[in-house]
Amino acid sequence: MTEVILDQTPPILHGPSAKEKKYDRQLRLWAATGQKALEDSHVLLLNSGSGTVGVEALKNLVLPGIGKFTIADDMIVEEVDLGMSKASPFTSEKQEKSIGELFEHDKFTLIMYSLPIKAENLAIVQDYTKRHKVPAISIHSAGFYSYFKIHLPGSFPIVDTHPDISATTDLRLLSPWPELSQFAEGLTENLEDQSLHDHGHIPYVVILLHYLARWKEAHGTLPSNFKEKTAFRSTVAAGMRTDNAEGGEENFEEAVGAVVKTISLPSLSSSVREVFGYQPDETESSTSFWVIADAIKTFHTKHNALPLPGSVPDMKAQSTVYVQLQNIYKAKARQDAAEVLETVRSHPGGKDIPATEVELFCKNAAFIKLIHGTTSASSILEVAKAEFANDESAALTQMPLSLLPIYLSLGATSHVNSATASDIVAKIGKDIPEADSNPSIVNAAEEVARANGGELHNISALTGGMVAQEVIKIITKQYIPIDNTCIFDGITSRTQVLRT
Amino acid sequence: MSQPVMVSGKLTTPGGSAMKKGRWTYLDNVRRNPGPFVSEEFTGSEEAVTASERVKVFGAGGLGCEILKNLALSGFQDIHVIDMDTIDVSNLNRQFLFRASDVGSSKAECAARFVEKRVKGCSITPHNCKIQDKDDDFYMQFNIIICGLDSIEARRWINSTLVNLVDPENEDSLKPLIDGGTEGFKGQARVIFPTMTSCIECQLDMHAPRAAVPLCTLASIPRQPEHCIEWAHIIAWENEKPFPALDNDDPEHITWLFQKALARAKEFNISGVTYSLTQGVVKNIIPAIASTNAIIAASCCNEAFKIATQTNPCLGFEENYMMYTGDAGVYTYTFKHEKKDDCPVCGNLARDLEVDPNLTLEEFIASLAERAEAQLKKPSIRAEKTLYMQSPPSLEEQTRPNLIKKIGELVGNGDEIGVTDPSLGAVNFKYRLKFSKEYRGNAIETASAS
Ligand SMILES: [Zn+2]
Repeated sequence: MTEVILDQTPPILHGPSAKEKKYDRQLRLWAATGQKALEDSHVLLLNSGSGTVGVEALKNLVLPGIGKFTIADDMIVEEVDLGMSKASPFTSEKQEKSIGELFEHDKFTLIMYSLPIKAENLAIVQDYTKRHKVPAISIHSAGFYSYFKIHLPGSFPIVDTHPDISATTDLRLLSPWPELSQFAEGLTENLEDQSLHDHGHIPYVVILLHYLARWKEAHGTLPSNFKEKTAFRSTVAAGMRTDNAEGGEENFEEAVGAVVKTISLPSLSSSVREVFGYQPDETESSTSFWVIADAIKTFHTKHNALPLPGSVPDMKAQSTVYVQLQNIYKAKARQDAAEVLETVRSHPGGKDIPATEVELFCKNAAFIKLIHGTTSASSILEVAKAEFANDESAALTQMPLSLLPIYLSLGATSHVNSATASDIVAKIGKDIPEADSNPSIVNAAEEVARANGGELHNISALTGGMVAQEVIKIITKQYIPIDNTCIFDGITSRTQVLRT
Repeated sequence: MSQPVMVSGKLTTPGGSAMKKGRWTYLDNVRRNPGPFVSEEFTGSEEAVTASERVKVFGAGGLGCEILKNLALSGFQDIHVIDMDTIDVSNLNRQFLFRASDVGSSKAECAARFVEKRVKGCSITPHNCKIQDKDDDFYMQFNIIICGLDSIEARRWINSTLVNLVDPENEDSLKPLIDGGTEGFKGQARVIFPTMTSCIECQLDMHAPRAAVPLCTLASIPRQPEHCIEWAHIIAWENEKPFPALDNDDPEHITWLFQKALARAKEFNISGVTYSLTQGVVKNIIPAIASTNAIIAASCCNEAFKIATQTNPCLGFEENYMMYTGDAGVYTYTFKHEKKDDCPVCGNLARDLEVDPNLTLEEFIASLAERAEAQLKKPSIRAEKTLYMQSPPSLEEQTRPNLIKKIGELVGNGDEIGVTDPSLGAVNFKYRLKFSKEYRGNAIETASAS
């Protein structure tokens, strides 16, 4: 990611460009590639009702620099081109169009629409998003409650998920390749005779490789279970010299601390297994994601490991030794990526995929993620049954109560501006029998009825913030969007994400 | 380039008493009608409905724009805002009340002017200074304090100030403190009832400081681009003094550091030093986006609204802390952080502290900066008598000789010490020292000191 920013940096003495200065705080999150995706996007907001939540979401997208947006409010359509490259700040054009006309001409990157919405308008939106495979987000905010739901047009795979940095360490200590083993052996020869300085600067990766080799000589196998790992850790700790001024060695302390985390066989995360198990349809399978994913699957079948990401965490070491170690990991990562690239090239759709895309994919292979996008196969009744069953044991598990009743109650007013509590409960009762005897549903319905369809500014501002985050994640294809409904309770200040 | 304002539709509300009713209908729905979760005190009377209009709110910090707009549109009519900063071009990606033409002007004044103009009947008083410049009398006038401060020191200062303000005889002296902060896609909002619930100092260890890179790594064995930048920042700058004083906001200074760091990185074959990274390390830049600011500011203002209107239960006495994470899905964790009896601000018990009696007082003071629950950069210390005072200069000079003395020489095992830091307000740590090792004494140093 830093490399991308580097490419964008103009000659050193001039410092960052005006755009880089203005967007500095966000380029650190999604880099120039994400910014480009935002600037190329055209977002449609279909507003109805008081519409604060939609406008708040849009505000949080205009600020980071989306290229173009259109607001359609019943009959009035306003198109605003923020023209980042043009001299004038932005152009705005207001005209009367019907919702149907709006969709005849424009191509949108993403659509946000707020509820309640007229059923016929909703049908037009749904038809458009289906035909053009455009993601949409529906948003409903009333009183202290809100929810939003993401409607993705098909499977939505993400490579650049930005995993937590501490989770990404992959050192392959249990299956070192020859270059790494040789390097470790070279640094640990005559370990006992090494000077205090040398001994205290052996990188912990090398220390662990050394003691693993000794362990294997003694036991025939590598430490695998908890008990063996604990014993192994004691062996490493015993190797620390304590007769120096500090009474210990930092690098050995690092080695001891890294045992549990790094001495384990690589296993595929459930999200990677999901990608490997997914059967892309015809159009999907020719996209670069699925071509590369398939090549990585082939790599994994052959080597029983994913391509090496190639990064090395910081550790106590001499500068030169650390850089050598980094280079050994980088070389292996390049070698693995080259093998994947070869498979990609042999695929009919893989001729034009940039090598950099394959490299990035290999680097993030352990953290790729697939969001299915299609609506849940289970009915709302099944979802409700599962949620309310959880609620029954909530007192024991100390888990908060399900927020599904909020979704159900707002959902009952999807096409009307307001309703009485009993109307809402009756409507829910059509899908969920005995809704009227569920106190959570009755309370939520009363709270929704109390708001009388009115938005509270804070709840809509908060919801608009969450919606904008999701839009950014979808447009930049970075980080992980929700799957697929997020419910917010402004009374307890909690969210819950559910698949509905 | 100017920023189009997206809230115009909702902000341009006509003033005048005739319009007043229609204008706040959406608030009145919840202010007049009881809900299933309201407390028994909820009445919905005219008196109660207009109560929030008389609530005086204080806001500060980087979330200021959002907080002001949210409060004004939630019916608050007497708002004070404090911010000593001027508008920087890098604020424009999230602080929507500011335009490119406002760069260089006072944040507080600019934001106040904007919102006051758009929301008729709402008075916003800007204060272009630090929160620490105001005294107890100033803070006494408010009913609710909302802070979106970006420094932990400022948070600790306002927290201890508000705890100290509480007078058991005077109900009005208890000012709810609502605090919000963001970092990238993450953030938190918390509500504190000073002296009654867990305070910011009780929760300090949740925001542990990043461990500093050892100086020897910077000086002799750099491995990361950050090490090269820190070297340029701490060592090369001091040695060469290319400009009279380092100004983090001067691109020429950053460029100097960048080139120094780049040269050092080249020498050690380290890749990854960029201008952007240099700026990030030197200024300790935290990524910030409009959407996260909107979420956290709105969460804070939602709590203020509930406190002022009693339209629903607020965070505070049970759950008091909401953590928000938006980078992988959306996740909130809302929980109760317990008040600590040994809190240096709202508690009165001493806490145990393991200490090596062979450390010098100076080394011990340095270690307090790194302890997650202390994070004290300029502490003064007293035991039975004063061990070290940072100020006034005469006392500092008098107590300075103690810095090189060993802990074991100055205090006994099990003794209690008090640690204060006036820059953080009325923070007062009480530690009961437990010696972790035997005190070896130090005949040579004692002799030379006498
Ligand atoms: Zn406290």
